[in-house]
Amino acid sequence: MLTEELVDLSRLQFAATALYHFLFVPLTLGLSFILVIMELTYVITDRPIYKDMTRFWGKLFGINFALGVTTGITMEFQFGTNWAYYSHYVGDIFGAPLAIEGLMAFFLESTFIGLFFFGWDRLNKWQHFMVTVLMAVGSNLSALWILIANGWMQDPVGAEFSFATMRMEMTDFWAIVFNPTAQAKFVHTVSAGYVTASLFVLGISSYYLLKGRDLDFARRSFRIAAGFGFASALSVIVLGDESGYTVSESQQAKMAAIEAMWETEPAPAAFTLFALPNEAAQRNDYELQIPYMLGLIGTRSISETLPGIREIKEKNRARIESGMLAVAALEKIRKNRDDWDARSQFDLHKADLGFGLLLKKYTVDVSQATPEMIQQAVDSTIPRVAPLFWSFRLMVALGFAFLLLFSLALFHSIKGNFIEKKWLLRWALWFIPMPWIAAELGWVVAEYGRQPWSIYGVLPTHISVSNISVGNIYGSLAGFVGFYTVLLIVEMYLMTKYARLGPASLGTGKYYGETSKPGVGGALPAGAPASRI
Amino acid sequence: MDYETLKLVWWLLVGVLLVGFAIMDGHDMGMGVLLPFVGRNDLERRAVINTVAPHWDGNQVWFITAGGAIFAAWPLVYATAFSGFYWAMMAALWALFFRPVGFDYRSKIQNPTWRSIWDWGLFIGGAVPPIIFGVAFGNLLQGVPFHFNDFLMSTYTGSFWALLNPFALLAGVVSLGMITFQGANYLMMRTEGDIYRRVRTASMLAGSLTLLLFALAGVWVAIGIDGYVITSAIDGNSLPDPLYKTVAIKEGAWMLNYNRYAWAIWVPTVAFAALGLGVVFAQSKKAGLAFWSSSVACAGIIGTAGVSMFPFIMPSSTDPRSSLTVYDAVSSHLTLGLMLGATVIFMPLIIFYTSWAYKVMWGKVTTEYIAANDKSVY
Repeated sequence: MLTEELVDLSRLQFAATALYHFLFVPLTLGLSFILVIMELTYVITDRPIYKDMTRFWGKLFGINFALGVTTGITMEFQFGTNWAYYSHYVGDIFGAPLAIEGLMAFFLESTFIGLFFFGWDRLNKWQHFMVTVLMAVGSNLSALWILIANGWMQDPVGAEFSFATMRMEMTDFWAIVFNPTAQAKFVHTVSAGYVTASLFVLGISSYYLLKGRDLDFARRSFRIAAGFGFASALSVIVLGDESGYTVSESQQAKMAAIEAMWETEPAPAAFTLFALPNEAAQRNDYELQIPYMLGLIGTRSISETLPGIREIKEKNRARIESGMLAVAALEKIRKNRDDWDARSQFDLHKADLGFGLLLKKYTVDVSQATPEMIQQAVDSTIPRVAPLFWSFRLMVALGFAFLLLFSLALFHSIKGNFIEKKWLLRWALWFIPMPWIAAELGWVVAEYGRQPWSIYGVLPTHISVSNISVGNIYGSLAGFVGFYTVLLIVEMYLMTKYARLGPASLGTGKYYGETSKPGVGGALPAGAPASRI
Repeated sequence: MDYETLKLVWWLLVGVLLVGFAIMDGHDMGMGVLLPFVGRNDLERRAVINTVAPHWDGNQVWFITAGGAIFAAWPLVYATAFSGFYWAMMAALWALFFRPVGFDYRSKIQNPTWRSIWDWGLFIGGAVPPIIFGVAFGNLLQGVPFHFNDFLMSTYTGSFWALLNPFALLAGVVSLGMITFQGANYLMMRTEGDIYRRVRTASMLAGSLTLLLFALAGVWVAIGIDGYVITSAIDGNSLPDPLYKTVAIKEGAWMLNYNRYAWAIWVPTVAFAALGLGVVFAQSKKAGLAFWSSSVACAGIIGTAGVSMFPFIMPSSTDPRSSLTVYDAVSSHLTLGLMLGATVIFMPLIIFYTSWAYKVMWGKVTTEYIAANDKSVY
C-alpha cells in the first residue's frame, strides 16, 4: 500500500523541483521580449548602444537560462520517475502537450538561443533580429503548452475514462488546447514573467543610476523596462482576475478555500480582505469584508451564489458514496470484462470514480470503507484554508504594488526626471526579488489549492505516485536539494558579478570601469587584437 | 490510418527520436567525453567547447522531446521504466545538470580551478548519460523485474545494483563508445592542428572498440540471453492492456526476427559496415564521411536493439505477461494519430532550421579565434 509518507515525500520533491524551476522561467519569458524590443530599436535606429544593451541584458539572460534548462530537464522526467501511476492514468492526454512543447517550442527556442549568442558576426542585423524574435516566441510557446498541460490538471476537459485500458483517454484535443482554464493561466503566467523581467531590468538600471555610472545605457534600459513593465503589470492583474473567474467555475473547493468562505453566502458574496481562518472550528475568528466584491469577481453577476465549504463538502460526500460503487464495479470489470452487471453499475457511477478513488488513501478495499474513512475523505476534498488564503492575498497585494511602481516609473520616464527620484530608483532596486515571490505564491495557490487531486475530480494525488521505497525519495530529494543549492549559489554569484560589472563585461571599451584601464577607451595599445575593440 | 499501423509507426518514430538524440546530442556529449583529453590547455579546451557552443542546447532538446514523445505515445513505458530505473534516471539527470551550467558558466570566471571543475562536469555530463542509456537497453534485452496489478499500477522489484550486470555494462560501454566515436568525428570536422590529430586518434580507437564490443554483445544476445515471445494471438487493433496476453521466455528468441523478416539482418549489417567505414574514413582524414558513418552507426546500433526485441519494448522477467509491447503499452488511437501529425509537421521544420544554424556557424574553431573573441565565446 502507498504510505502517506511516500506520498508526502513525492509531493515535497515535486514542489521543490517545480518551484525551483520556476525561479528561472519568468525571467526567460519576459527578458526574451525585452531583448526583442531593444534589438528592434537597434535595427531601426542603427545606434550601437542598443546593440550593447541587447548583448548585455542577453548575457544576464544566458546566466539565468542555463539554470532554467538544467532544472527543466528534471520536470520532463519526474512524472515518470515519481508519478508513475499518474503517467499511466493520464499520459494519453497529458503527454501530448509535453511532446508538442518539445517539437514546436523548445527546439525553436534552444536552436535560436545559440545563434542569438554566437551569431552576431555571422548574421546581418535583420537576420539576427529574427533569431531573437524566434527565441522569444519559442520560449513563450513553450509556456503555452506547459500551461495547457497544467490547465488540464486543473480542469480536465476533452477526455474520458476507459475501463479497458484503465486510464483517461483523449476525446477532444482542441477542447484541451482551448480549455479556458489553460488559456487564462497562460496569459496570466506569461504576463507575470514580463513583470519579473521588467522589474529586473528596471532595478539593475536603477542601481547604475544611483551609482551615477553608465548613465546613457541605464536610462534607456530603465525607460524600456518602465513601459513594458507597466503594460505587463496591468495585464497580470486583469488576466489574474480572468484566472480567478475560471477557478470559481471549475474548482469551487479551491475558490472557497482561497476565500476562507465556510458558509454559502447570499449573492453577491462579500470579498474577505483579511481574516483569521480557524480550520478546526470551520469558521473565521475575525474577518474584514468588502461587500459584493467576491460575487462580482467570481461569477460576474450579482445573482449567482458561490458555494461555501460546508455545502461543497456535502456534495462531495454524495459523490464519494457513489464513487465507492464505481470503484467496486470497476474492480469486477478488470477481473472479467464481460461482467455486464458490473458494467452497467459502473456506467451509472462512472462520473464519480475519482471520488471513490479518494478512499484508496484509507483502505485497499474501497467497498469496505467505514463511515470514519468516508468522513476523512470528505474533509480531504477541501485544501487547507490558511496557506491558500494568505498566499493568494500576498500575491495580489504584490501585484498592485508592481502596478503602482511601474505607473510611477512610467510617469517619471515620460517626464524625464526619474534620475533625480532617488526613492523611486531605490524602490525599484530593492523590489527586484518581489515578482519571484509573487510568482511562487501563485503556484502555491494553484497547485496546493488543487489538492487532494492531481487531476481535479479525476485522480487523487495519493494514488498518483510511483510505488517505490521511501528511502529512494529521501535520497533523491537530498540530491536535488544539494545540487540545486550549489547551482543557485553559483548562479546568484555570477548574476551579481555580471550585473555589477555592467556593460563593461562586453569588453567594448566604452563603459564604466573600462576607461580607467590603460589603453582602453583612448588610444589603442600596440598589438591589441582589432576584434576586441 | 488504422490503429495497428499507427502503433507500428510509433515504434519507428520513437526509434527515430532516439537515433536523432544519439546523432545530435551524441556529438556534443562525445565532445564532453573527449574534452579533458584532447584539450591540453585552456585555449584548446575552449576551442573544443566552442565547436558545439551554439548547438548543444538545441541538440539537448532531442532528449527532452524523446522523453515527451515516450510519455505521449507509450505512457506505460514512460511510467514503468522511469520509476523502475529510478536511480539510473536520477544519475542521468544529475549528470545532465552539468552541461548547461558547464557550458555557460565555465569561461565566465578566469580561475583555472573553476574552469577545470566545469571541464570535468562536461565530461560527466557527456559520459554518464550514454553509459546509463546503454545499461538501460542492456537490461531491457534481459527483461526487467516488474508486474502490474489489476488497475495497472506497476511495482518494480529489482534494485539499482542489479541493473549493473555484466551484459548491461557491456551495452553501456558500447553506447559510450558509439557516442565518443560520434563526438570525435564531429570534432575532426571543426578543429585543426594538435586537437585535430588527437581527436582523429580518438575516433579510430573509439570506432574500432565499438565495432568489437558490438560484435561481442551480438554473440552474447544470440547464445547467452533468453528472449521473449508472445504466445497468445496478437490483435494489433485491440485496446492496449498489457495483461491481456501470454508471454513465454525462450532461448534464442531475440534472433527470431532475423529469420522471420528478411530485411531485419540489414540493420546490424549496416551498423557493422558504418562502424568499419567510419574508422577507415577517420584514418584517411575524411572527417565529413566519418561523421556520416558514425551517425549511420548510431541508427544501426539502436535499430539492432529495437529489431531484436520487436514487438517487445520492456519485457518483464518476473511476470512475463506484464511485458510491455508496441501493441499494448501505447496511447489511444486518437493520441497516436495526433502526435504523428505534430511530428510530420514539426520534424522537417526542426531539421531545416537546425541545419541552417549549423550552416551559419560552420567552420574550424581555432585557438586564435578564441583568444581574439575572449568575451563573446564560451
